[in-house]
Amino acid sequence: MKYLDEFRDGDKARVLIKEIEALVATMTIPAERPLYIMEVCGGHTHSIFRYGLEGMLPKEIELIHGPGCPVCVLPMGRVDDCVSIAENPNVIFTTFGDAMRVPGSKKSLLQAKAGGADVRMVYSPMDALALARKNPDREVVFFGLGFETTMPSTALTILQAETDGIRNFSVFCNHITIVPTIKAILDSPGLQLDGFLGPGHVSMVIGTAPYEFIAKFYKRPMVVAGFEPLDILQSIWMVLKQIKEGRADIENQYARIVPDGGNAPALQAVSRVYELREFFEWRGLGSIDHSGVKLRDGYAHFDAEQKFAIPNLKIADPKSCQCGEVLKGVIKPWQCKVFGSACTPETPLGALMVSSEGACAAYYQYGGVKRYKEAV
Amino acid sequence: MNVAPFIRARRLGKVSVDTVTLAHGGGGKAMKDLIDDVFVTAFDNRVLAPLEDQARFDLAELASHGDRLAFTTDSFVVDPLFFPGGDIGELAVCGTVNDLAVGGATPLYLSCAVIVEEGMSVDVLRRVARSMAQTALEAGVQIVTGDTKVVQRGACDKLFITTSGIGVIRKGCTLGVDTARPGDVVLVNGLLGDHGAAILCARGDMALETLIESDCACLHGLIEALLTAAPGIRFVRDATRGGLATVLNEIADASQVAIEIEEAATPLREQVKAFCEILGLDPLYLANEGKIVVIAPPDQADAALAAMRAHPLGEGSAVIGQVNHGEAGRVTMRTVFGGRRIVDMLVGEQLPRIC
Repeated sequence: MKYLDEFRDGDKARVLIKEIEALVATMTIPAERPLYIMEVCGGHTHSIFRYGLEGMLPKEIELIHGPGCPVCVLPMGRVDDCVSIAENPNVIFTTFGDAMRVPGSKKSLLQAKAGGADVRMVYSPMDALALARKNPDREVVFFGLGFETTMPSTALTILQAETDGIRNFSVFCNHITIVPTIKAILDSPGLQLDGFLGPGHVSMVIGTAPYEFIAKFYKRPMVVAGFEPLDILQSIWMVLKQIKEGRADIENQYARIVPDGGNAPALQAVSRVYELREFFEWRGLGSIDHSGVKLRDGYAHFDAEQKFAIPNLKIADPKSCQCGEVLKGVIKPWQCKVFGSACTPETPLGALMVSSEGACAAYYQYGGVKRYKEAV
Repeated sequence: MNVAPFIRARRLGKVSVDTVTLAHGGGGKAMKDLIDDVFVTAFDNRVLAPLEDQARFDLAELASHGDRLAFTTDSFVVDPLFFPGGDIGELAVCGTVNDLAVGGATPLYLSCAVIVEEGMSVDVLRRVARSMAQTALEAGVQIVTGDTKVVQRGACDKLFITTSGIGVIRKGCTLGVDTARPGDVVLVNGLLGDHGAAILCARGDMALETLIESDCACLHGLIEALLTAAPGIRFVRDATRGGLATVLNEIADASQVAIEIEEAATPLREQVKAFCEILGLDPLYLANEGKIVVIAPPDQADAALAAMRAHPLGEGSAVIGQVNHGEAGRVTMRTVFGGRRIVDMLVGEQLPRIC
């Protein structure tokens, strides 16, 4: 495939790996621990496992799989809210596919569907709006989920619904924003991160400027990275080069997609439709200030939180679940007490086991639980 | 109309309305008319013709094909009923024929039980039955018994078909899922994932237009050619639901061996690759309806590949991997990128990733 195969070239990968090894050889890396580089985005985690990148890197580098999978950081209480809306007999509840299996405190959306709720998988919020047009006597609710990557498409759908005067459409807004979350991770005690691979598609919307504080105040390098395996290897090399040279800059490896200034029309739509919440609850990370958005009052008639009575209960994560420590890079997935035993992709306890972008599911699927259990 | 003399001797019923109602499942004249009009005229053969409650076979005739009976059953609930490259009727015949053939059996007789949702168009039902008849004719099998039920609207989705099949296994043929040995070679007969991609596109939910067609086909001719050229073949299975990845895991698990495939050698259509890229799906798990996975001992791999390639349904055959001494039950793939990843059993349904 054009524009993809070029970025999956095995020969070029071998050259890059050699370059990385050569660079590492010239660096003074303390013996007690490797360099920790966090890939913030779940898309990166998926690629790293799909192409077997971890096994290709020298042992002095360890990748920490960050919080950038919106499905994984969704708290149980919000899934319960989804189920409660979806079980309303007049509602068609629409969602992206991989949110269907996320466990709530009692059931997932997939289980609610089996129980009779009208839950449908869509590929775009516009598909949900089309359903609303087709079913004027039903209320169509779209489960707005994701970082800045998916935020603009939900916003534009709401603006379209407004223009078309559609009244039976609403959004259950769970969009979240990455920057406060990276800050929360950087502020967490005992942090051991030497650099970041920045989220490519979020940056396509917000640009690279919002990350400046990471370099300026926390003195950590970040390279905004593409999602193909060569992108990731090159970005790792760029982070290493910064560490070696004692620099902490925000660099952009994914310039073919990410303009430094972001996408102005998308940002306009976002700021027109949403405002920051005071705080938002993250699975495993707890409450983070200003990390979620809700619809502005002017769009309250499209807000499912206004249209429906929502339980809005805070449900604690299962005690045995260590998703938070995995998300912050404190432990590796297989070091979690329940990894591969009580928590598997078939019966996930923690959300990191649900989505294929979740670090635990990725280790389990592509890494093999047995191998890791043996390594411990 | 070319119907067997026995049928011609009695007057065949005819349905005069456009849609199926509960009356057509009621056991009376309406039901007889529906069965005659739709199924008996289409399937038309000597064994079915007497319309007894069971088909009757001559044992000596069966025994002339081999020394063991093979018996299988499968249900078909595909949505939509008609899709690029096939329809539910063709699928219902091919699926059961293939389930017999992969065991080394010559497929001979099928049953056809249908569950119809009331309100279904009689014409659509006729089209499906004709498609089944045509596929059976080409495959050299006969549909010899059947059943028709009509259920209330909403109790099933338009039309469900169950076919069971009887075949006879040739003498000396002992294919088994637990027989793969280190050193054996893994082959497939062509491009993978077409059926799964075609069905997902045809449903229209993805709003993607592609030219991908289902690979739905009866594979017993190909398998017969393969087993004749390479009688030492260890195992053959059609890679239907769950795709290539699932079959390989079943083999690795049952035989307690490791299997490694090469991404670069695994045949995939460009459109299927692109389709999977866009939707975040893995083509190794997409369903096929005309593809087999073959485990061949190393000394017969060349003969197997040549025989498969010489058959019209195996022109794209390829060696995609090897059985080895690695961790028992483990399937891995050497990626084009030079890394290695684990190819596990799929958990639940493949759900597209959001970003």
